[in-house]
Amino acid sequence: MTQEKQVPEVSDELNAFVGKTMRRQVSHPVTESDIRRWAIAVYWPEKPPRLFWDDEYAKTTRFGGIVAPDEFNPFAWPIDPGETLLTDDDLAPAIKRMGIGMNILNGGGGNTYFERIRPGDVITAETVLDQAYTRPGRLGVMLFLIRKTTWTNQHGKKVRESRGIGIKY
Amino acid sequence: MGIEDSLYFEDVAEGQQVPSFTRAPNLMEWNRYAAVNDEFVYIHMDVDKAQAAGMKDVFGMGNLRLAYLHNMLRDWIGVTGDIRRVDVQHRSLNYKDEKLICKATVTKKYTEDGENLVDLDLEVENPEGKNATPGTATVVLPSRG
Repeated sequence: MTQEKQVPEVSDELNAFVGKTMRRQVSHPVTESDIRRWAIAVYWPEKPPRLFWDDEYAKTTRFGGIVAPDEFNPFAWPIDPGETLLTDDDLAPAIKRMGIGMNILNGGGGNTYFERIRPGDVITAETVLDQAYTRPGRLGVMLFLIRKTTWTNQHGKKVRESRGIGIKY
Repeated sequence: MGIEDSLYFEDVAEGQQVPSFTRAPNLMEWNRYAAVNDEFVYIHMDVDKAQAAGMKDVFGMGNLRLAYLHNMLRDWIGVTGDIRRVDVQHRSLNYKDEKLICKATVTKKYTEDGENLVDLDLEVENPEGKNATPGTATVVLPSRG
């Protein structure tokens, strides 16, 4: 007979934070130069594709102009770091009361892409605590905190949905 | 095949390997990436700080490996395709000059809500032959029809 480890359920106290907004941030307007530099950095030492820096070429494509690489981050170098509404420190007492440590692992994540980012775009990001669940792991009970970030552009169109998996143990 | 070419849904088969994308990054790549992503973290830049944190040396950013996977997919699908989704897990670190080979294999092709979708398994093979960044992706391709 397999003996299963006792894994505590997520407490009501921690579950009360699920669905809450953690952070809001608005980007500076994206420039052609931001996009070109990003493309140079991620393709280095190879010359990046013309779609990311040659407007004459980019106009001949279905995009009608330069667009950013899908994974481009418009939130680098902020003057205003945005509004933080819920931090790990706010969650810590509830996590500790579940008997889980405060060690952190980056569990990875992902992006779903919608509208492309273009020069002139101003992107708003809102992060919510989307899910919390526990699993047994090599290092003991692991608490998975899934953050979902939705990016929208100045036209109200969704640009990206990101998932970040933080693991506490 | 490159980003200025087009890949069509009809030309893709399940089990197909995507052309790989290879880099052996060191501080020249990491510092450029840190500069554009505003990602200045001691363990990526300062050997003493990295060793104090228990690593053998400074190491590369997971986000740059993620960008390399995107580069591979873009080169393959061309300017008429779209990356719809990428999900990864970072399983191990990459140190200076270690060769990273980004690979992908088509696992499924299907049409959903009028879109031609292709699912892929992703890999970033490190010098030990292990997958440092397993993941999955979905791309959208045009049809010849």
